[in-house]
Amino acid sequence: MADNNLFTLRIITPERVFYEGEVSMVEFNTTEGEIGIYKKHVPMTVIVNPGIVTITEAEGTKIAALHAGFAEILQDKVVILAEIIEWPEEIDVERAQAAKSRAEERIRSKTPETDILRAETALQRALARIHVIG
Amino acid sequence: MASMRDIKRRKGSIQSTQQITKAMKLVSTVKLQRAKQNAEKSGNYFHCMFDTVNSILKKTGSLDHKYLKSGQSGKKAVIVITSNRGLAGGYNSNVIKLITRGELAGEDLAIYAVGKKGREALQRQYEIKADYSDVIEEPAYVDAMVISKDVLEAFSKGEISEIYLAYTAFKNTVVHVPTLLKLLPVAISEESEKMGEETAVGDDRAPMNFEPEDEEALNLLIPKYITSLIYGGMIEAVASENGARMQAMDSATSNAEEMIENLTLLYNRARQGSITQELTEIIAGANAIS
Repeated sequence: MADNNLFTLRIITPERVFYEGEVSMVEFNTTEGEIGIYKKHVPMTVIVNPGIVTITEAEGTKIAALHAGFAEILQDKVVILAEIIEWPEEIDVERAQAAKSRAEERIRSKTPETDILRAETALQRALARIHVIG
Repeated sequence: MASMRDIKRRKGSIQSTQQITKAMKLVSTVKLQRAKQNAEKSGNYFHCMFDTVNSILKKTGSLDHKYLKSGQSGKKAVIVITSNRGLAGGYNSNVIKLITRGELAGEDLAIYAVGKKGREALQRQYEIKADYSDVIEEPAYVDAMVISKDVLEAFSKGEISEIYLAYTAFKNTVVHVPTLLKLLPVAISEESEKMGEETAVGDDRAPMNFEPEDEEALNLLIPKYITSLIYGGMIEAVASENGARMQAMDSATSNAEEMIENLTLLYNRARQGSITQELTEIIAGANAIS
């Protein structure tokens, strides 16, 4: 029975195949909000927003920081084309902290020239990284 | 006949050239292996990217979107991917010929140069908008993002009307094809249309939904699509460059070997000639005394 709930998840980056395996659920953040996907989801293509991707396998869960890309969801298969994605052990904590304070600073002291959208994305990224490390 | 010393010197110089070409061949063989692996690893990504963008475009074929039609005014832009170093046979000049003599010949172009050789060859004739030569040493996806951001900005502002990518496609170790690819406006080629139809019949049981809506999805996806094409172009170009250099250096090494063989023959002949001459002189001298 348990086997029937599994579907194939592939996370591909330009440099490598990041993850490939049978999972029961995957959750991540999209431009429309956070979503969780089980098997037999309606076919859909979504754009990724910076956040955490949680992969629920039969033996437990894995998390990673997903920053940009898009996902193609089919009934028995999900492909995430990630431009940037990192496992917790690949993240540089200090850099993430620095990026976070830089982005916060930029949003706080905003001038007409400030690219708020960019600063917010940077902040989201930094937060995702820090959160993944826990 | 050249003197023994001249021949010896010439042989020495060819021998050291041969050593260099041999070493370069070995280096590019190793680099080629790595570049080939990279190209294979990233292939997956581009395939998926291509399929997805095509399926969206098919669905929204008639959409009036800024990325789907060419700009009213402005030049055509070409991103030219060449190498920073020479000694790679016809690798660089083939890409340049594609621009100077191909379908874009005679037009006023804006060049985005990736690779010093291409920039140097084209700067006399065209305007060089930007130079990203450093990235070709070790192309990273981030570099492609920078380039695509720049060209898309210029495209949105109306400075350029169309964007092309000139690079060398890597078919296999010995076959590299200089290719001119149209990036923007995005057009679905007939071939991919056919491919799309097949997969549509094959595995799409339910129609694909898009979230956010089509137009917004295109806004976000097309830059990613362009980036991935540029990155793919760079990766393949690096593999082709090393392949081309390996071939060029291989033939240089074997040419050097041939020359050394000939020179050795000449040298031995000259040596024998001088010994014979010396002997004749000694005998003649001895005869004169007695």
